[in-house]
Amino acid sequence: MSLYVTLRIALRALSRNRLRSFLTTLGVIIGVAAVITMTAIGEGAKARIQAAFASMGTNMLVISPGSTTLGGVKGGSGTMPSLTWDDLKAIQRDVPSVRAAAAVLRSSASIVSETNNWSTSIQGTAPEYFDVRNWPMSSGSAITQSDVDTGAKVIVLGQTVVDQLFGRNADPVGQTVRIRQVPFTVVGVAAKKGQSPMGQDYDDTAFVPQSTFAQKIQGGLGKYLQGTIFVSAKSDADTGRAQDSIEALLRDRHQLRQNEDNDFQIRNLAEIASAQEEGTKTMTTLLASVAAVSLLVGGIGIMNIMLVSVTERTREIGVRMALGAKPRHVLAQFLIEALVLSIAGGIIGIALGVGLAILLGKRFDWPVLFQPQVILVAAGFSGLVGIVFGLYPARKASELDPIDALRHE
Amino acid sequence: MALIELEQIYKIYNAGSDAEVRALAGVSLSIAPGEFVAVMGPSGSGKSTLMNVLGCLDRPTSGRYLLDGKDVSRLGKNELAEVRNRTLGFVFQNFNLLPRMSALENVELPLVYAGVPARDRKQRSSEALELVGLAKRQDHHPNQLSGGQQQRVAIARALVGRPKIIFADEPTGNLDSRTSTEVMAMLQALAPTGITVALVTHEPDIAEYASRVIVVKDGLIVRDEQREARRAVVLETGEEHA
Repeated sequence: MSLYVTLRIALRALSRNRLRSFLTTLGVIIGVAAVITMTAIGEGAKARIQAAFASMGTNMLVISPGSTTLGGVKGGSGTMPSLTWDDLKAIQRDVPSVRAAAAVLRSSASIVSETNNWSTSIQGTAPEYFDVRNWPMSSGSAITQSDVDTGAKVIVLGQTVVDQLFGRNADPVGQTVRIRQVPFTVVGVAAKKGQSPMGQDYDDTAFVPQSTFAQKIQGGLGKYLQGTIFVSAKSDADTGRAQDSIEALLRDRHQLRQNEDNDFQIRNLAEIASAQEEGTKTMTTLLASVAAVSLLVGGIGIMNIMLVSVTERTREIGVRMALGAKPRHVLAQFLIEALVLSIAGGIIGIALGVGLAILLGKRFDWPVLFQPQVILVAAGFSGLVGIVFGLYPARKASELDPIDALRHE
Repeated sequence: MALIELEQIYKIYNAGSDAEVRALAGVSLSIAPGEFVAVMGPSGSGKSTLMNVLGCLDRPTSGRYLLDGKDVSRLGKNELAEVRNRTLGFVFQNFNLLPRMSALENVELPLVYAGVPARDRKQRSSEALELVGLAKRQDHHPNQLSGGQQQRVAIARALVGRPKIIFADEPTGNLDSRTSTEVMAMLQALAPTGITVALVTHEPDIAEYASRVIVVKDGLIVRDEQREARRAVVLETGEEHA
C-alpha cells in the first residue's frame, strides 16, 4: 500500500472531524508559534546589544580619575585630578596586554562655521583613540601624532556636527570652523557610529589634538590629565589581564598603601557586554523551555485524540483487517494521521510565529532575527511530537484482534 | 481436491483452568470448490468460532487446516491477513461498509491492501459493482443506500479480489424477506463460477438455499447433509424496490 494512499486515508479521516482536528492541532500550533516568536525576539535583542557594544569599541577599558571628598561630600567621578600624562605613557609602555591607550579630554563648546553654529562635546585626544574606539573616517584623515606634537589647529567632526554646520551630504574637509574665536581646519569626518546602548548620539562630537585642546580650550597642559583614558586590550581574553595590570601599575605609581582605596576607576565594557548577553541568553532559554512545554502539551493532546479515534473506529479497523490490512497498514494509517496533525500544526505554527514576531517587532520597534535552524528545529520537533505521541495509539490499533474489533459496537 | 480440509480442529479458551471452554472439540470437515454450505446451530454451539477459524480470523488451538492445499493453521498475523486478502471474501450481517467512503471506494479496499495500482483498482471495482447491479450508484455513500443495496456493495467488495471462498455471516439478518431473496440469489449464482460460499445462519428457510447444511452443537458437527437447494427467485422489479 503506497504512502500516497495512506496519506489520503489519513486526510479523509481528519477532515471528517474538522473542528476536532483543528483543536487538537492548536496545542502544537501555539507551541511552535511560541518557539519561533520568542527566539526571533530574543535573538533580535541579543544582536542589537552585540552591535551596540561593538560600536563602543572592542575589548575596551575606561579609566577615570577618582572623586574628591570635601567635608564628607563626594564630588563624583573625575573631580579629583589623579591621573597624570605620565600614567598614560606608563600604560602605553609597560602593560603588554594593552594594544592602544589614549586620553580623552572633554569639554562642551560652540563650533561656528561660516553660516551656522552648533554646541557639542569637543574631545581632545590622540591618534590611538580612533584605534581604541574602532572608529574609521568617512572622509579625510584622523588626527596624527605630528598634530599632537605640534599642537596643530585641526579638527575631526562627527557626522551630526557636519549635518548641523554644513548640511547633509556636505564634505567639509579643508573648511575652517571656529571654537572660542580660534580657527580650526577640518581634516576629517568620523564615520557614522549611531547611538550608544543608553541612547547617547556618538556622532554629536568633534575631536582636536589633545595638546591643542589643553592649550586653546582647557588652558594649560599641566601634569594632570583632566579627562579619561581609553584603553584597548589586545584581545577579549586580555581585557581582564590588562585591567589587573593597569590597576597594579597605577596603585604603584600613585603610591597607594594596601588598605587604601583606588584613587581612580577602571570600567570594563566587555564585562558589561557579556553580562548583558548572558541576561538575554537566559531569557531566550527560559522562553524556549516554556515553548517546549507547550509543545509537549500539544503532543499529549494529539495522543489523547488519537486514542479516542482508535476506540471510535475499532469496527473500521476490524473491517480493514478482515479485508486484508496487515498490522503495519493499520499502524501506518494512524501514525500518519498523528503526523499530519502535528506537521500541519508545525507549519501553521511557523507561519503564525513568523507573522507574530514581525508584527510585534513593528508594533514595539523591537528588532527580530529569524534563525533558519530554529525554524527547522521547530518543524522537526513538531514531526517528532507526532511520531512519539502517535505511536502508542497506532500500536494499540494495529494490535487489535480482528474478531474483537469486528464485534465492537 | 478439497478446497477446505479441517482435521481434528480444537479451539479451547482458558485451557487448563476451571473455566476451560471447548468452543471446537475436534472438528473435521472437507468442502469442495463450488459448494454452497450453510452452517447452522444454536448460539454458543461453536459455529461462530468455526467460521472465524475457516475465515482465517482466528487460529485453532490444535489441528490442521488446509486451505487450497496450504496449511494455514499456524500462520502469523501478517500471513493470515494475506490469505484473507487473496483467497477469502467476507459478507457481514451489518454490512460493515466504511461510512465516509463511496460505494466504489468501499469496493476498492481489498485491492488497496493487495497493492493493485489505482487505475486497475477503479476498473475492477466498477466491474464488481456492475455485477451486483449498482453501476449507477458507485458514487453514493452507504447512508444514501438501502440495506439491500448496502449488502450488494458488500458482496461486490467480497468478490473484487477474486476470492475462492465467500464467508457470509447472517447476510440477511438485517434485511426484509424480499431483499433477503435477492442477496441469496446473488450468492447462489456464485457456485457455478467455482466460488465456494460458506453461510452462517439460524434461519432454516435461508439455509434452504444452500446445497449442503452442517449443524454444529457443543463444538462438534452433529449433522452434515447434501440436499437439493431451493432456487432463489427474484421478482423482476429489482433496483427500484431496493
